[in-house]
Amino acid sequence: MAYLIKGAHVVDPQVGLDDIRDVLVDGKEIVEVAESIEAADAEVIEGTGKYLVPGLVDMHVHFRDPGFEYKETIATGSRAAAHGGFTDVATMPNTDPVTDDGAEIRYPSDRARKAGLVHVRPMGALTRGEKGESLAEIGDMVMEGASAFSDDGHGVQSAGMMKTCMAYVSQFDRVVCAHCEVESLSGNGVINSGRAATRLGMFGWPPLAEELEIWRDIELCRSTGCALHICHISTEKGLELVKAAKAEGLPVTCEVTPHHLFLCDEDIDDTYNTNLKMNPPLRKRSDMEALCAGILDGSIDCVVTDHAPHAKHEKDCEWEIAFFGTIGLETSLPLMLTNMVGTGKMSWSRLVEVMAVNPRALLRCKPVKIEAGSQADLTLIDPKREIDVTEDYFQSKSKNSAFLGQHLTGVATDVLMAGKRTLADGVVVA
Amino acid sequence: MEQATLKAQIMDEQAMDRAITRIAHEIIEHNEGAEGIALVGIQRRGVPIAERLADKIEDIEGVRPHIGKLDISFYRDDFKRHISPVIHATEILFSIDGVDVVLVDDVLYTGRTVRSGLDALMDLGRPKTVQLAVMVDRGHRELPIRADYVGKNVPSSHEEDVRVSITPLDEVDSVEIWGIEKTVGGEQ
Amino acid sequence: MLSVKHLIDTTSLTADDITQILDTAKSFDPIVNARTIKKVPALRGRTIVNLFLEPSTRTLKSFELAEKRLSADSISMGGSTSSVVKGESLADTIQTIDAMNVDMFVVRARLAGTPQKITENTDAIVINGGDGKHQHPTQAMLDLYTIREHFGHLDGLKVAIVGDLAHSRVCGSLAPALKTMGADVTLVAPPTFQVGDPSWFGCNQTNHLDDVIEDMDVVYMLRVQLERMEGAAIPSRREYNRLYGLSLEREARMKPNAIICHPGPMNRGMEIDAEVADCARSRILNQVNAGVLTRMAEMYLLLGGEE
Repeated sequence: MAYLIKGAHVVDPQVGLDDIRDVLVDGKEIVEVAESIEAADAEVIEGTGKYLVPGLVDMHVHFRDPGFEYKETIATGSRAAAHGGFTDVATMPNTDPVTDDGAEIRYPSDRARKAGLVHVRPMGALTRGEKGESLAEIGDMVMEGASAFSDDGHGVQSAGMMKTCMAYVSQFDRVVCAHCEVESLSGNGVINSGRAATRLGMFGWPPLAEELEIWRDIELCRSTGCALHICHISTEKGLELVKAAKAEGLPVTCEVTPHHLFLCDEDIDDTYNTNLKMNPPLRKRSDMEALCAGILDGSIDCVVTDHAPHAKHEKDCEWEIAFFGTIGLETSLPLMLTNMVGTGKMSWSRLVEVMAVNPRALLRCKPVKIEAGSQADLTLIDPKREIDVTEDYFQSKSKNSAFLGQHLTGVATDVLMAGKRTLADGVVVA
Repeated sequence: MEQATLKAQIMDEQAMDRAITRIAHEIIEHNEGAEGIALVGIQRRGVPIAERLADKIEDIEGVRPHIGKLDISFYRDDFKRHISPVIHATEILFSIDGVDVVLVDDVLYTGRTVRSGLDALMDLGRPKTVQLAVMVDRGHRELPIRADYVGKNVPSSHEEDVRVSITPLDEVDSVEIWGIEKTVGGEQ
Repeated sequence: MLSVKHLIDTTSLTADDITQILDTAKSFDPIVNARTIKKVPALRGRTIVNLFLEPSTRTLKSFELAEKRLSADSISMGGSTSSVVKGESLADTIQTIDAMNVDMFVVRARLAGTPQKITENTDAIVINGGDGKHQHPTQAMLDLYTIREHFGHLDGLKVAIVGDLAHSRVCGSLAPALKTMGADVTLVAPPTFQVGDPSWFGCNQTNHLDDVIEDMDVVYMLRVQLERMEGAAIPSRREYNRLYGLSLEREARMKPNAIICHPGPMNRGMEIDAEVADCARSRILNQVNAGVLTRMAEMYLLLGGEE
């Protein structure tokens, strides 16, 4: 099947492109990029007024499959990803059973191929069962296609164990993604320490619990040489630590979620909206502002959603027993467009770096460029189309979005994944 | 929206004083003296009327009856519509057990206030008898209640309001009839 | 008429609301404390459910008595601390009870925010009888009543709240209510018991009871909730008593007219010495009595304020 995307504004900093182009796709590949292309056999996708970018990548999602299929499956998660404009996602290993050997890597890959909507790049666990006690079969998982390694959901509590993990991973060309949380400090915390915790009468999850482990893991990076990626960074101080490591030339990167960029603990009010309960928690306004500055100045490498689906009954309850997390795949791009690109704070090429180029590189995937010969993973974006974030908007099996009720401007309308159309004018194909 | 217009003054200061004097005599006659009598005014305008009656009875008999104040807020059957932000305390500093109690109020209308007053009184003790004195009886009873002593019977309609003023709560002593008109467009 | 539909926290109450509650409670005083028949028919026929998801004998009995004194029909239900454990969600529990046509819920819960969640699942009025470490507004009202009875006013009073502030819903509701009424509040606790952000209440903060005790009009001792410690924040009962306990020696240094309060139940010999609990300054039993009066006032004003 051939597609001709006509008249879109093509943005790809990898090839220095930021202009109107026609793009012709045939089979799985881009075959031509030019100012004007005629192709009688190709199906035309009208791109006028829209932006065409390399397929978006979310390197931090939870598809809950296997084990918690009532929250999300690889099939429903794939629909959500396509609907949100993504061609690639990295699934976290905290399923049941945990993704900690080669067979467990094959399962999501096979299921994703069957769903055929998004490239799923499974991450493997660092330790068996994510228990933080013994090494998982990391080499086996690399050979089966694991994209990176993480015990996401919690930090590896033992510094010695973490050092072993990073030293072992350093022999492969893979990144260790660290969920940083010293549990003896975060304790029973369910909300940021400080005013919100005091006002609402709940245990605080202090920034120190995150920052102390970021510091530890940076030192382990220095010691082992293993590439370190800090997951869902949430505080100003934590970001300062990452900046200092980068300035030293250490292989340290980090990611941020839209909810930490655009929400803070002041948004949590007396209604105890449990969709705002996250791990790490929504921090102070000053942290939020520092993270926004960080994603603009390059100190934060990519935007991820930490897409965390939960069933209604797991959220429609008291805050202290509600599950952590928000879904994010379908609001990530609209939030970035509304709050960052639409306001003129962020350029289109920076958006492409943080949502496509950088995460793809961190997952050690082949770059996707908008030039002839590259794989046709493409996202077409209408910067003016408006959406209301309601439960009906979501393709995800769960509806626990922190952004319900928001009105956003700018959304993906069409997606090609390896030349296959997975989103057509805002509707997921098949 | 409601609009009220003054229709007529029924009683002035002298007329009210004469009525109070007459009721005082009737109370003494009915109870064969003033011993063992207590006057209990229903908050708020029953209270000054009870005090006037006590003054008169003391003038006539040389004995001052007990006086008490009764608040019926917690006994109303319609409190959802009449919740009062300031509750006027009940103040009955004597035992009402075995006493002839004269309940005093300004206007007797549906009888519901008196019914609440009787309940409130019964929770305070067991009077020998309870009698009722009112300045105005305007009819339209909804309960089987009647007054023992009446200052003036004033036939009225539901579209009218009978207003008793009495010092020191009000500036003057008077009883007036006001017409109440529901203006068009009020039902919104 | 109160400015709120439900009584969930004291931070939503205006000074007028609080004054109205205290004045109405005062008018119940002769009924409850001087009469043979200690009840009025004000809430006759109204249905109140006391949903106590966390056990509490004192608060429950105080509410039950207040309900009986107002002639309401009430039932009390216990429950597991987390209904989810039983497999039934809070929403299901509430909707089930609500189907029986309830006018008011009085809710006691282990988890913060439970009363607020309940308002989302019923049309009935909700009174918070204490939720987790969040708020205990009816306790705050009975405390204010007790203090006002003694001093005749609340504004300008200096009040020290002493003890396990970090785990205290009593502090969480009393401190803001005192501030609303113009009192000056000092929070006294070991660093490991201090509130996360005292600036939110606009309170003073100190670790040293001895530095402030002579200036205080009210010394409010909190119960050290041993069952809520969840990790050793103090080394021992003995050391706590020595540093923060209200001893006879400290009591002797208080202002002549100053009073002592405690929400109960007391750990005698820990936060308060036995002789002090029973001394002339102690208003602890007055607080219990005020509990019935103020809870009557809250229920009367909230149910009367409907529609």
